[in-house]
Amino acid sequence: MSIQIACKNVSLGYEGSIVTQDLSFSVSSGDYLYILGENGSGKSTLVKALLGLKPQISGEITRGEGVAAGQIGYLPQQTVVQRDFPASVREIVMSGCLSKSGLRPFYTAAERASANAAMERLGITGLAKRCYRELSGGQQQRVLLARALCAAGKILLLDEPVTGLDPKAQVDLYEMIGKLNSEGVTIIMVSHDVGAAMRYASHILHIGSHKQLFFGTAEGYAKSSVGRTFIASEEAENDD
Amino acid sequence: MTEIISTLHEFFQFSFVRYAFIVGLLIALCSSLLGVTLVLKRFSFIGDGLSHVAFGAMSVAAVTSLTNQNLIVLPVTLISAILLLRTGQNTRIKGDAAVAMISVGALAIGYMLMNIFPTSGNISADVCSTLFGSFSILALKPSDVRLCVIMSIIVIGTFIFFYNKIFAVTFDESFAKATGVKAELYNTLIAVITALIIVLAMNLVGSLLISALIIFPALSAMRLFRSFRSVIICSAVVSVVCAAAGILLSILVSTPVGSTIVVADLAVFLVFSLISKAVRRSEK
Repeated sequence: MSIQIACKNVSLGYEGSIVTQDLSFSVSSGDYLYILGENGSGKSTLVKALLGLKPQISGEITRGEGVAAGQIGYLPQQTVVQRDFPASVREIVMSGCLSKSGLRPFYTAAERASANAAMERLGITGLAKRCYRELSGGQQQRVLLARALCAAGKILLLDEPVTGLDPKAQVDLYEMIGKLNSEGVTIIMVSHDVGAAMRYASHILHIGSHKQLFFGTAEGYAKSSVGRTFIASEEAENDD
Repeated sequence: MTEIISTLHEFFQFSFVRYAFIVGLLIALCSSLLGVTLVLKRFSFIGDGLSHVAFGAMSVAAVTSLTNQNLIVLPVTLISAILLLRTGQNTRIKGDAAVAMISVGALAIGYMLMNIFPTSGNISADVCSTLFGSFSILALKPSDVRLCVIMSIIVIGTFIFFYNKIFAVTFDESFAKATGVKAELYNTLIAVITALIIVLAMNLVGSLLISALIIFPALSAMRLFRSFRSVIICSAVVSVVCAAAGILLSILVSTPVGSTIVVADLAVFLVFSLISKAVRRSEK
C-alpha cells in the first residue's frame, strides 16, 4: 500500500481569500476515498489542487510515482456544450490519450489499442461508433470513464458523477466504479451523497466551511460525531 | 445549358474571375473548418463581432490613409479575437455580451470616423460595400491572391496538425487541462486562426455576412452527421460547393457575390434539415 497523494496542512483559496485550510490527508493505492462537503465548502477548489491546476496557498502536496499532475484520470461534471456535441464514442475515448502524445498530430497504434481496452473494460465496445449525444446519461458517464482510464490507469478523480442519472443508472455506475476499484484503481470521489459513501468508500474526507471536519476510514466516520450528525441530517432530508 | 457553359467559359478567360474563384473557395474552406469548433464552443457570433472590429480598424486605416490596410486591420482583429476567446469563461462580462459590446462599439466608431473624415464622396456606398461585401473580390491583384493562398495553407495546415487537440479542447476543456493538455494555448491558437480567416473573408462577403460562412456549413453538417470528423468533412464540402455555386451564379445572373453565397448556404441548410427530419422519422 504505497501512498499516492499526501496533503499536509494544505490551505486553498483565491487571491486574498482562503476557501479551506489545514487539510491533511493521504490516498494510498487501491483506496476508495470519498470527499464529502456542502456546496461552497471548497470541494471544487480541492479538485483543482489535486489535479495540479491550482497551486495551494500554503502546506505541502506530495505525489507518488505515476500520479503527477496530468496523470490523474479526471471525470469532470458535464457541461452544456457536451449535450449536443457531434462526436462518436471512439473519438471521445481516444482523446484521453492526448496527454501522452505531445506535439504528435496523430494517434499511434498503441494508443488505439489502449482506447479499445478501456472501452472493453467498461463494456461499451458495442457503442464505439454511436454518437455521444444520443446515449443515455449512464452510458455517457461510462464513455467519460473510459476516456479517464486512457489518460491514467492508476487513479481516477470523479466529480459528482451520478448527478442527473436515474436511480438504476446510479447503481450501475457505482458498481462499475467499484469494479475498477477492486481491480486496483484508486478512486477519489467528490460527492455530497453520504449514503453512497457509507456503502462504497474505504476512506472519507469531510470538509466543512473553512476547515477539515474528518479524515479516516469509513467505519471510523460512521462512529464519529461529525459522521453521525451528517448521516442523520441526510437521512432526515431523504425522509421528507 | 451549352449557352451557360460558354458564358462561364468566356468569364473564366479573365484572370480576375479565376482569382475570385480561387480566393472564394479557399476562404469558404477555411471558415467552415473553424466554424464547427466555434459553433460548438457557443461562439457563433465571434465572426460577426470580429468582422465589425475589422470594419472599425479599416476605417481608421482609411482615415489615416494607410496604403496597406492589413497592417492595422490584422493586428487589431487578432488582439480582439484573443481577448474575446481567452477570457470568455471567467470575466465579469460574459462571452456573448462581450462579443456584442465590442462588435457594436467598433461598428459605431468606424462609421463615425468615416463620417468625420470622409475619404470619398459617397460614404453610404463605402459603408455598404464594407458591410455586405463588394465586387472588390472581382478586383483582386495577384499579390492579394498570393497572400490569401499562403494564409489559407497556414490555417488548413494548423487545423490538420492540431486536429485532435482542437477536438479535445472543444469537447471538454476541464478534462483536457486536467490531463496536461495546454488548453489555453490551443484556445489562443483557435482565436488567432479565426481572426486570420475573418480578415481574409471580409473581401469576399463583407463583415455582416461572415457569420454565415462560419455558421451555416457547420450547422448543416451537424444535422446529418454524428461524429466530429464526418461533421468537419461534410461542413468543408458543403462550404466549398456553396461558395462555388454562389460565385458562378452571381456571374451568370449578376447578383452580389457575398449574398448569393450565403443564400446558397441557407438553401443547403434547409435541405439538410428536411433530410434529417425524414431520417429521424423513418428510424422511429
